Amino acid sequence: MTTTTSANPATPEGSSRLRRLRRTLYRGDPGMWSWVLHRITGATVFFFLFIHVLDTALVRISPQAYDEVISTYKTPIVGLMELGLVAAVLYHALNGIRVILIDFWAQGPRYQRLMLWTIGIVWLLVMVPAGVVVAMHMIGHFR
Amino acid sequence: MSSPDLQLGRGQTAPVRQRSHDRPASLDNPRSPRRRAGMPNFEKYAWLFMRMSGVVLVFLALGHLFVMLMWQDGVYRIDFNYVAQRWHSPFWQTWDLLLLWLAQLHGGNGLRTIIDDYSRKDSTRFWLNTLLALSMAFTLVLGTYVLLTFDPNISG
Repeated sequence: MTTTTSANPATPEGSSRLRRLRRTLYRGDPGMWSWVLHRITGATVFFFLFIHVLDTALVRISPQAYDEVISTYKTPIVGLMELGLVAAVLYHALNGIRVILIDFWAQGPRYQRLMLWTIGIVWLLVMVPAGVVVAMHMIGHFR
Repeated sequence: MSSPDLQLGRGQTAPVRQRSHDRPASLDNPRSPRRRAGMPNFEKYAWLFMRMSGVVLVFLALGHLFVMLMWQDGVYRIDFNYVAQRWHSPFWQTWDLLLLWLAQLHGGNGLRTIIDDYSRKDSTRFWLNTLLALSMAFTLVLGTYVLLTFDPNISG
């Protein structure tokens, strides 16, 4: 009892707050954010897959039903969402390869950070032409 | 307790970061037997499956996206006739069937991991996993049925 009442915190409130916010070996590191993105993109693609199987199942009902639903995909907003899907799948695929290399390649953990920047660059190098192609399709269709 | 996060000054109380609703049996009764239910080494095989299916899915999923959104006129050429022509070829039928199964199992196992990470009650975990299993079974059965029984001469 006496120890708790007389205990004088060695650190003031401010610095303990700072210590809680400090980066650790993993927290706040780019490796953590690559994991967060992997999780978000993976869950996103999973929910898309559910909808995608439902819309494609309409081919079993009638050509008209299928064409009607697919025509809603041929709009500028859904076109942007399609590009977002490409972005999510591409990141998940590239980072997945990085995870596999970290797990199975003896030098993987040493180069994990370099591999993260590498997949970032590859992602950009693929996304820019993909965006241009999707934009060209859109311009050709909505002009 | 080597994590610097948990080092407390004298008299400081540890912050409550999360509430545990269901204590593992081993906490109250350390000699309780380990749970031996289900397939042995299931988690190891699930871990391996994620990596092996992942490698295949890189090609199947990115190839699918490229053909459907980039190639020729992209999504604007897709209609019932396009699907009929495409599934006339056993190659694309096999591609799509493999993509459906691998993506659904890969994504389902990923979501199972997410549910395990964030659900705090055993009952929450059970019901979310049940919902996940039902939706996976529904998607796999429906997708496989549509792919294998597709009829190009169906009339509306």
